[in-house]
Amino acid sequence: MSAPPAIAPPIRVLVAKPGLDGHDRGAKIIARALRDAGMEVIYTGLRQTPEMIVSAALQEDVEVIGLSILSGAHNAIVPRVMELLREKDMGDVKVVVGGIIPDEDAEALKKDGVAAVFQPGASLESIVSFIRKACRGLH
Amino acid sequence: MKTTERRFTTISGVPIEPLYGPEQLQGLDGNPPAPGEFPYTRGIHRDMYRGKLWTMRQFSGFATPEETNRRYHYLLQQGQTGLSVAFDLPTLMGYDADHALSEGEVGKCGASVSSLEDMEILFRGIPLGDVTVSMTINSPAAVLWAMYLAVAEQQGVDWARVSGTLQNDILKEYIAQKEYIFPPRPSMRLVTDTIEFGARHTPRFNPISISGYHIREAGSTAVQELAFTLRDGFEYVDWALERGLPIDEFAPRLSFFFNAHNDFFEEVAKYRAARKIWALAMRERYGAQSERSWKLRFHAQTAGCSLTWQQPYNNVVRTAFQAMAAVLGGAQSLHTNSLDEAYALPSEQAVTIALRTQQILAFESGVANTADPLGGSYFLEKLTAETEEAANRYIRRIDEMGGMIAAIEAGFPQSEIAAASYRYQREVETGERTIVGVNRFQSDDQPIELLEIDESAANHQSAKLAGLRKRRDNQRVTQTLDALRRAAEGTENTMPRLLDAVRAYATLGEICDALRGVFGAYQETPRL
Repeated sequence: MSAPPAIAPPIRVLVAKPGLDGHDRGAKIIARALRDAGMEVIYTGLRQTPEMIVSAALQEDVEVIGLSILSGAHNAIVPRVMELLREKDMGDVKVVVGGIIPDEDAEALKKDGVAAVFQPGASLESIVSFIRKACRGLH
Repeated sequence: MKTTERRFTTISGVPIEPLYGPEQLQGLDGNPPAPGEFPYTRGIHRDMYRGKLWTMRQFSGFATPEETNRRYHYLLQQGQTGLSVAFDLPTLMGYDADHALSEGEVGKCGASVSSLEDMEILFRGIPLGDVTVSMTINSPAAVLWAMYLAVAEQQGVDWARVSGTLQNDILKEYIAQKEYIFPPRPSMRLVTDTIEFGARHTPRFNPISISGYHIREAGSTAVQELAFTLRDGFEYVDWALERGLPIDEFAPRLSFFFNAHNDFFEEVAKYRAARKIWALAMRERYGAQSERSWKLRFHAQTAGCSLTWQQPYNNVVRTAFQAMAAVLGGAQSLHTNSLDEAYALPSEQAVTIALRTQQILAFESGVANTADPLGGSYFLEKLTAETEEAANRYIRRIDEMGGMIAAIEAGFPQSEIAAASYRYQREVETGERTIVGVNRFQSDDQPIELLEIDESAANHQSAKLAGLRKRRDNQRVTQTLDALRRAAEGTENTMPRLLDAVRAYATLGEICDALRGVFGAYQETPRL
């Protein structure tokens, strides 16, 4: 991983944990890793509804929303986030999802506009470089 | 990597010597008393598993109470000796299945239980006087326990005969798992209500299972798991004493729950140190007179967070080693994870292999033939002493902060765990820690059959609730909820009021809403 050129503003990322689940180990690790990689990270904390997440993304003017979902509720939550982003003309915000997401669900989420789905075992480096590439065209 | 370059530590970062001998044990309690003798470092029973094998208790629950009840009958037929209920997230958070926030979550992580009717279905055909049942429920634990006791009542089983365990450990929720509803102090009052009620009415039931499992799953070290759990235990003891309960009337029913992680010897040392610290504290710190108060009894579960999505069949092997650590550490009951749990709740086939793993340990491996067969190992005794010392340092620090609630409010255990979990993840990232199939020895994954839970469980549960709300005596529901509110506002024990409310078929959500109205809801400040 090489640092982005100094002139580029840091990538702003909202890390959110939607749904009722409280297991925040993954969300916190990702948030720290993105911050260590030079990004500006806003961590929403737990139990965020899709409405709260999209409104925070708008207010914080982020380029990326990272959602951590382990409970199996992704098929109810993620499409709602995507729909709200489209409604608010925020289609350029990139949504990445991490957690326990079966392959076929991951495909369906990507068809709905999710930029990437990271399953268990994905390296921090792969997540950081994906976001850099998606936002700045850099590795 | 050459041996000279590699750092040798336990998975929690404790340095390991190339060889241990008598010189490492000088000045230490290297020769602890026999199993069954204070402070029970080597186990709480002299004859250990010859006297009674550990209870094989698979944590289980999914979709509707109807489907979970069928799984329970299956597990009991397969030779499982106790039940352990997994509830879904809406139940854990005190919402009914038809609540807006329950959308997409009903039945996904456990069984959906919104009312006494669901609890009746969950235990249909299961005699609660004979089978011991553990329930993993925390913030609304008192409500679910009231439902359980009401089902026992319907079955004609005397509460004095009902045996099992309620997890009911709210402190570790604020520390690690984050499934809390009310703020810490009213939550502690509810826990104390159950401990008090249990001491009076259910002498064979453990009203609490003080849990390190979730602390470890959140990424803590073994020492943090041990220290935070035992310090939580002291907090519950302090509150019960404050209530006026004599120590020896409730302490024997306090039970514990630890993780069984990858690092074999570190885990065995952790269980041994736990027993020693607890026994000493109960006798010295709290002046308990009864031997039963001194003995730390624990359930163990293999580490869910160690299971890999890649090459899932390897998880059978990981789980077997972890389970052996729990047994050699003297566990009273054990859950072994299924190979598919990095993906989903386990399929029937996967859970059967997990149960068979315990049966192979118990009946083929020979490790249960003699008490504490590892006792006297230079390495293990040294590691036990180091673990004890490191845990005591944390415990003193939390004492100095004014106890666990103050420490939680300051974010202390939370940030210690977050730092440990990040450090561990970086070690995996750099390859310093090997995870077979993930950062070394990768290959294509073998596909496995998974249990799928669709939205039909949610629809079924919602329809049942609608029927119940029409059928029940709604005036009685209102009256019992009003009485509960008054009890919550005052200082009387809430258990009798909770029992009245569940018997009237007030739903879990209605009861928790009544309590939310009195106690308020808790939200933590997000910290990284």
